[in-house]
Amino acid sequence: MSDASAIDDLPGELMMWVLIVSELLVFGGGLLAFMAVRLTDPIGFAEAQSHLYRTGAALNTVVLVSSGFLAACALAWRRTGARLKARLALVAAAALGVVFLIIKGAEYAGKAEVGISYETHPFFMFYYLLTGFHAAHVLAGVFLLLLVAWRDQPRNIEAGAQFWHMVDLVWVLLFPVVYLLA
Amino acid sequence: MKYQSQKIALVYFAVAMGLFAIQVLGGLLAGWIYVSPNTLSETLPFNTVRMLHTNSLIVWLITGFFGAAYFLIPEEAEREIHSEKIAYLQLAILVIGTLGVVVTYVFNLFEGNWLLGKEGREFIEQPKWVKAGIVVAALLFLYNVTMTVLKGKKTAITNILLLGLWGLALLFLFSFYNPENLALDKMFWWYIVHLWVEGVWELIMASILAYLMLKLTGVDREIVEKWLYVIVAAALFSGILGTGHHYYWIGTPAYWQWIGSIFSSLEVIPFFAMMAFAFVMVWKGRRDHPNKAALLWSLGCATLAFFGAGVWGFLHTLHGVNYYTHGTQITAAHGHLAFFGAYVALNLAIFSYAMPILKGRDPYNQVLNMGSFWLMTSGMVFMTFVLTFAGTIQTHLQRVLGDYYMDVQDQLEIFYWMRFGSGLVVVIGALVFIYAIWVPRKELIERGAAETPAE
Repeated sequence: MSDASAIDDLPGELMMWVLIVSELLVFGGGLLAFMAVRLTDPIGFAEAQSHLYRTGAALNTVVLVSSGFLAACALAWRRTGARLKARLALVAAAALGVVFLIIKGAEYAGKAEVGISYETHPFFMFYYLLTGFHAAHVLAGVFLLLLVAWRDQPRNIEAGAQFWHMVDLVWVLLFPVVYLLA
Repeated sequence: MKYQSQKIALVYFAVAMGLFAIQVLGGLLAGWIYVSPNTLSETLPFNTVRMLHTNSLIVWLITGFFGAAYFLIPEEAEREIHSEKIAYLQLAILVIGTLGVVVTYVFNLFEGNWLLGKEGREFIEQPKWVKAGIVVAALLFLYNVTMTVLKGKKTAITNILLLGLWGLALLFLFSFYNPENLALDKMFWWYIVHLWVEGVWELIMASILAYLMLKLTGVDREIVEKWLYVIVAAALFSGILGTGHHYYWIGTPAYWQWIGSIFSSLEVIPFFAMMAFAFVMVWKGRRDHPNKAALLWSLGCATLAFFGAGVWGFLHTLHGVNYYTHGTQITAAHGHLAFFGAYVALNLAIFSYAMPILKGRDPYNQVLNMGSFWLMTSGMVFMTFVLTFAGTIQTHLQRVLGDYYMDVQDQLEIFYWMRFGSGLVVVIGALVFIYAIWVPRKELIERGAAETPAE
């Protein structure tokens, strides 16, 4: 690597950064496509968007950001040697991830009840693709947080927290664009 | 040559180069049929010629990969191959299978027979007994090299190479599953066709390229491995869901259009990384390796793969574009440069590196070999441009204006003539390469040879 020093200075695993950048490209691409298609049918998109459950999504934002905060605390605590505290924080962060998935599941169930599927309107196809793909990452993140709570070397916790913050960041981008943008 | 069992590679490379000659001659014939459509139409119809052209390509590339594995694994694992006998048995099975395929295709024997007849799914037309033979050969191979690596030193290069080769063999199992439903048939068919060339083969490519860079440039293994891991991660991340770019118009749900477009757009990244890797290693490298031909092929491979697979792939990967270009000469342009750049040039790079060592005449006739590089490359690049122009016109006339397919083909005749010409140059280049590898005697080149001994 020609600029090895800059890359060596990155905190945490290099491979985790590769993953994070790749994920951001995918979600970024997805959001861009969503907004591009939205231009072709602004009224239809606005109408479809009005069926979304915004309160649940806002609640989920609070849940996920709190969970991210706990993961960040866990790393700091682990570094100062408070091992048990760090582990509890990671388990709590994972539990909040599960809460997110429950609220999300209720949201999907509500859509299914009124007969909304990915074929209803292009808006919903993007809605399911983007939030569904994100939810899959939350699920993976829950397992990852539990894994690093068990194998709790600081560099493991750091990698887990890196991933979890990416999941957080993606949600913070999805939420306004998919749920709020009028 | 440090290990006796590396000699196995010699026979594999010989078979690969023989099939390479047959493959390009078949391509030349197919190119001629484009300009003179009635050629051999009774004895050897175009679809059979095409089948031979594509099948022999895949078989010789894989044979080359096997040979490359037998060559580099002893050096990386620092021990002899587990069993030389198994390696030769494996090759014998592959050769018999290949001959069986050629005879079955050319004479169209056993039409419709469950076991002996050709199966009629593009690229995996092989009769079932040949498919079974391929699986047996692959199992023998995997057993042989895995045992070698398990007992020896494990390096990132061998780990990634084995991961790629295991993936190659396991994904081939989908060729036995042939659903009645045509949409499902196509869906699983891509598990082989796509996940090979845009998935596990990229791992094989990256690891062989990494091995060549390690040997040719003398850059630290640690740095090579870091690049290797990044390339492999990017390849798998984009390549697996990138399968979606084949699911646009085969009856799968519409969301595949977006999954395919987004993920497959990222498939450019690993190819760009491989190109950057190869050039950065050469710039950083302190070793002036005398085998300039191998270096030329390695850099050529990384560059042409980026353009052929990366850029020409991206050209028609977005579903909005592919809606118009699907199955036109654009696809043929992409297919030719991608296969040539990524996998043909890779094989020729490892042949160029390994053969002088295997034949004990290092360094050898490089000028001729490098000449063949420029012949083949310029021929192939010209062909790619010609087919791209032909495809653009075809897309407009046929898909935009709605002209009839055969009327459009008449309009493209001039391009097909130019394609035949460029194909001829490629064939000459291929024959020169084979001659340069096998025939000339030792030829010492002074400059560079004295500084660091070749490995």
